[in-house]
Amino acid sequence: MSGLDNRPIGAARGGTRTAAEVRLEELSRQYGSTVALDGLSLTIQAGELVALLGPSGCGKTTALRLVAGLEDADGGRVVVDGRDVTHLPPNRRDTGMVFQAYSLFPHMTARENVAFGLRMRKVGAEERRRRAGEMLELVGLATQADRYAHQLSGGQQQRVALARALAIQPSVLLLDEPLSALDARVRSQLRDEIRRVQREVGITTLFVTHDQEEALAIADRVGVMRAGRLEQMGPPTSIYSQPATPFVAEFVGLTNRLPGMVTGGAVDVRGIRLPLIAPDTPDGPAVALVRPEAVSLAPTAESSNGPLSGTVIAVSFLGAVSRLTVDLGDTQVLVQIPTAEAAAHPGGSRVRIALRQDPVLITRDGGPERR
Amino acid sequence: MNRRRRRRLTVFKTGVYVVLGLFFLLPLAAMVEFATRGVGISSPRTLSAFTSIGSDPELVDAITASLELAVITSVAMLALLLPTMIWVRLRLPRMVRPVELVCLTPLTIPAIVLVVGFAPIYRWIEINVSDSILTLAFAYLILVLPYSYRALDAGLSAVDIRTLSEAARSLGAGWGTVMWRVIVPNMSSAVTNACLLCVAVVLGEFTVANLLNFENLQVAISILGTGNASVSIALAVLSLVFVFVFLLVLSFLARSLSRRRRTARA
Repeated sequence: MSGLDNRPIGAARGGTRTAAEVRLEELSRQYGSTVALDGLSLTIQAGELVALLGPSGCGKTTALRLVAGLEDADGGRVVVDGRDVTHLPPNRRDTGMVFQAYSLFPHMTARENVAFGLRMRKVGAEERRRRAGEMLELVGLATQADRYAHQLSGGQQQRVALARALAIQPSVLLLDEPLSALDARVRSQLRDEIRRVQREVGITTLFVTHDQEEALAIADRVGVMRAGRLEQMGPPTSIYSQPATPFVAEFVGLTNRLPGMVTGGAVDVRGIRLPLIAPDTPDGPAVALVRPEAVSLAPTAESSNGPLSGTVIAVSFLGAVSRLTVDLGDTQVLVQIPTAEAAAHPGGSRVRIALRQDPVLITRDGGPERR
Repeated sequence: MNRRRRRRLTVFKTGVYVVLGLFFLLPLAAMVEFATRGVGISSPRTLSAFTSIGSDPELVDAITASLELAVITSVAMLALLLPTMIWVRLRLPRMVRPVELVCLTPLTIPAIVLVVGFAPIYRWIEINVSDSILTLAFAYLILVLPYSYRALDAGLSAVDIRTLSEAARSLGAGWGTVMWRVIVPNMSSAVTNACLLCVAVVLGEFTVANLLNFENLQVAISILGTGNASVSIALAVLSLVFVFVFLLVLSFLARSLSRRRRTARA
């Protein structure tokens, strides 16, 4: 999943240039007394798509704007392809950027929008037209080339914006929550489309989002940010299954907090022994973070009043799976199981839960920091 | 029921149009009637008052001067206000309020009070720079600030200039290109409105020109009025009609521009 393999670098339709490595070194930025970035360091491999994920105000957008040159760093460096660009203005940075929404020039057609960057680079009219046409074809909008922004749907506008950013063959592509203004269906379509185009062009890409599903689905590597720092950086699977900190575990996906006792590299939760992600944890009371899909319902439901027995108090249908809230008396647990199975456990029924033997992360802090 | 209400609304609308139309047209018609009167009581109607406008060199000078002033003031206003307002919004958002305050201040000061301040400055300009009537453009620039500011402000707030300029910058545009090729084309109707207000104010200005001893259109009309009333009224009619036609032409231009590309709004 590291994504650097099987990529057709150089198969770029518009691009003859090879992908560039981007390094953020100890970047810091303050707004008044608010620290937006607190020494952020991050390397994006050539041709890689890195998603920065985090709650609003975590500094992810600031990081992206510093790479674009739209804001000045208080400290640190931005290095693109070995060149220090920290103090270059945005128009000399060689970055393509796609904004949240409504960034197309309203007085220009889609084609003129895409050709704008080429005009700035003094590319001849004929060549501009040809390349703009190519880029629009790449994003599947060749037939809409002569439409104005207001004649295009939100999704189409973002495609044009993507084509416009790529037309100048930038060394870095920056995406600032490009999908957040779109409705759910278009969002997932365009997400896959962005990924396809990014692979096809083989461009180094930084994608900023607050939507964990989006980040996990699109990125080679995901960086989870919190308070101006990188909390964890890694492939989507390891971010999800081996969160480095409770914050990551709880920000990426839903998590149950179950009190337990750590002894000898494992944790006892309600009489079940679960392995730890970090086995060298010292013994003592702790809270285990357990994913809803690692909890299941045992077949013998009616039995007893053990620590694993409880009552279903809510059922939410999510399509193929359903999420049940089970009240265990002293705590509540989210259980995610196939919808067909959930049908047997309507609200109010007695159930008995089981925990899968996945390695879990434990925390010793007080309560959830985000919910 | 619904139809009756609609008919009553139509009657009401027509009524308003008629009343307002009379309110504007009656004085105009009276002016035309007066300006076309012959010399004697029973003498036939004549256009001599209108035709004599062109033959009075002093009057022609005043008209030319006013038209030149309108153009100069409009151009200077755009050159001063547009870049300033865009720059302040993009780079110095904290200065938006102070700049607005400065631009709106002339509205609160009567022209006659302004002149008290202008007079010594104009005495100096007259001696050291030029005694041309076109120097009035400086004073007029200040007079039109509030109106133009409001018009341009409306245009600027209708466009997300921050995102547009950032997009343009990241595509390689310098600040000049951002302003003239990206932002200004998206507020063409605001620019048209600002110019229109500017022209209307300058063509109608009397107090400042009169007190500073310059003879512009309105001063000329008033001087004429003391000697030859019908020519002065004829001129007043023409200047009103001119502004009206100018307004029509500008709004027609703006509309045909925006029909070519109707701006998308967030």
